[in-house]
Amino acid sequence: MNRKFLATLLLSVAAMTGQAFAHDLRIALQSDADVLDPDQSRTFVGRIVYTSLCDKLVDITPGLKIIPQLATEWSWGDDGKTLTMKLREGVTFHDGEPFNAKAVAYNINRSKTLPESRRKSELASVDSTEVVGDYEIRFHLKQPDATLMAQLADRAGMMIAPQAAEKEGADFGANPVCSGPFKFKERVAQDRIVLTKYDNYWNADKFHFDSVTFLPIPDTTVRLANLRSGDIDMLERLAATDLAAAKADPNLKVEAATSLGYQGITINTGNGEHSKTPLGEDKRLRQALSLSIDRDALNQVVFEGAFQAGNQSISPSSPWYDNSNPVPARDVEKAKALLKEAGYDRLEIEMSVPNNPVQTQVVQVLQAMAAEANIDIKIVSKEFAKLLSDDSSGDFMASQIGWSGRVDPDGNIHAFVTCKAGLNDSGYCNPEVDKLLNAARATSDDEARKKDYDAANAILLDELPIIYLYHEKWIWAMNKKLEGFTAYPDGMIRLENVTYAD
Amino acid sequence: MLSYILRRLAIAIPTLILVSMFIFTLQKILPGDPALALAGEERDAAALEFIREKYKLNDPIYEQYLAWAGGALKGDLGISLRTNQPVTELIGQKLPVTIQLAVMAIIIAFIIGIPMGVLSAVKKGTVFDYIANIVALSGLSIPNFWLGIMLILLVSVNLGWLPASGYVSPFIDPLRSLETMIMPAFVLGTALAATLMRHTRSAMLGVLRADYVRTARSKGLGETVVVIKHAFRNALLPIVTMTALLFGELLAGAVLTEQIFTIPGFGKLIVDAVFTRDYAVVQGVVLCTAVGYLLINLVADIVYFLLNPRMRSVL
Repeated sequence: MNRKFLATLLLSVAAMTGQAFAHDLRIALQSDADVLDPDQSRTFVGRIVYTSLCDKLVDITPGLKIIPQLATEWSWGDDGKTLTMKLREGVTFHDGEPFNAKAVAYNINRSKTLPESRRKSELASVDSTEVVGDYEIRFHLKQPDATLMAQLADRAGMMIAPQAAEKEGADFGANPVCSGPFKFKERVAQDRIVLTKYDNYWNADKFHFDSVTFLPIPDTTVRLANLRSGDIDMLERLAATDLAAAKADPNLKVEAATSLGYQGITINTGNGEHSKTPLGEDKRLRQALSLSIDRDALNQVVFEGAFQAGNQSISPSSPWYDNSNPVPARDVEKAKALLKEAGYDRLEIEMSVPNNPVQTQVVQVLQAMAAEANIDIKIVSKEFAKLLSDDSSGDFMASQIGWSGRVDPDGNIHAFVTCKAGLNDSGYCNPEVDKLLNAARATSDDEARKKDYDAANAILLDELPIIYLYHEKWIWAMNKKLEGFTAYPDGMIRLENVTYAD
Repeated sequence: MLSYILRRLAIAIPTLILVSMFIFTLQKILPGDPALALAGEERDAAALEFIREKYKLNDPIYEQYLAWAGGALKGDLGISLRTNQPVTELIGQKLPVTIQLAVMAIIIAFIIGIPMGVLSAVKKGTVFDYIANIVALSGLSIPNFWLGIMLILLVSVNLGWLPASGYVSPFIDPLRSLETMIMPAFVLGTALAATLMRHTRSAMLGVLRADYVRTARSKGLGETVVVIKHAFRNALLPIVTMTALLFGELLAGAVLTEQIFTIPGFGKLIVDAVFTRDYAVVQGVVLCTAVGYLLINLVADIVYFLLNPRMRSVL
């Protein structure tokens, strides 16, 4: 063999092993993030990037308990109308600016007042902040708000560098400066977002990669192909139908967690003229539709059993789930009887669905099941933006749509079923439900809250403005050498303690 | 010649204005509220109102168009509703990527399509002709996305020869750039090659029957000289026109190919923009495409003019 060739070969082998030590973690996302400004951002994948880029005041455990991040301890006072937080000392933003109570006050104010901010409603209960000491901040609330901690565990609680934010204004997202374990390096829209390790991070020892690259790869098959060919180390949202293939690959492993969200059928019960239909006006018909559905079979047929059947806004694996109302079994006879009682031999309904293959398949399975209970579903396929605007303006009878879910149970229900709430596409209104859900917001006593939610649930399950179907699972597939990854129900990728075994 | 080019450019201006008005109106007729598509899941009422105000979605459509057209004349195509980036900057980032893909695809299409077309015309009725036709027909009928995914599975996953997707600029790493682009260019190129082969074949057949070719043969010229120098040169004319027309097909194909191979180009830009109702981006991309299409056709006409001496007397 040519000596020069051998030398080149050895050199390239050495270069490759060298690369293995200084590892760049490559993660494929289902879509591209939007603006990288926590106050302006709205996409799920954006939050995945923030998990490495921007620290929050508090974080969650996989069991949804609130734990310290930038705030080390906190206490409620004044009947739930003040929240005092002690802050972590010695933390700096990526540009070196120190993190302190003033920075928190600046951030909360920016979230509440920046014209472009999408965090306003999340922090609506906060009246003002008070800098008590360098590392102590107090929130003064307009009324008690049990959901505030959960909001501070997400984008509303993300801390960005005040000086950089002041200088860049609404353009902050082009070069975000936060205090997370990785700092922003570069972004090419629709191609990649690159973060590099922040050496002065307060918890830097727990993070083991020199850089993280996020690559938006929308096609699920292509995402998996990239993982199998070794071009990426990890992907989020593996298609349920690819689960078996990924599990069978000896070089891959899979982690999953039931999501906080749900998929269901929203029924127009009071949103404009289109609500005046038999289905919208007679709860017995909605009950019949719900009873005609075999939720486990739906999960088996469309998702190969990978997801979780459900009947409430939160999944059966949540501590807030109402166990006294478990997922009902299918009962075609009872459904037919209810239909008869309401005066119908057969009922025809229209159901809108986003025009993607998976949701279309879901509705087709529903169509087949409902037909056996004498309910004929006419499927109306709509492009997603059109579906959204029709749902919001009330131009639908029934609509198959879901919600990505929130840490606090309030986030999955209050805005959807209280009278005139922002996301109440159903147009449902029941003062009793409003009373219960408002009360659950106002106390931080978990036991009292659970009672209120259970009581509201009982009413909602009887009146069915939304028929819940199933809860998706977040499925991550990754290279077998990746160790220490923990699956969280919020779908985020936390890189703490994640290592690459060589 | 110069006056010809200037005249052509003058005709292009009303065309562009019409195209931009057409697209602008068409977009506004599209169902779906851009503010809702942009506000995110929470649909915060304040955020919705802010978006409508900021992007002037409440103004009458002609005012919106005039504001946009005024900016466009000054080289300002507006700001992406989704990422807050100026549209011109986005186009500047994405256009070179798609041009690289298109050029590579055209080269591949030429390398495959033209020789195959010439050969199957020369060897008309032989086994080679039949095989070439079958290959071309398959090239036309196999969908881009299927061929793309099959190639990824074979070349990247099973053989591990090329990266499955992604993009690297040739100015950063030429070799890596070639590696990432060769598969998508091949997928895009083969579809064009089939069309090109069919057209080359029929153009060649027409020319090969012409009197001057018979004369050339009777002069005792070798078959290769006859085919290459006499027949092919004249058959090139319709091929040039065809290639210019293929540009449109190329862009349409690039939309799909870029989706499959996750190439951050023009096609991906417009698809994402349409789905998120990012009006400014759709508008800018369409305008840019129309300009490109007109330019390519102009270039084709000039090339045609250079290749065909008879055209010169027309001007």
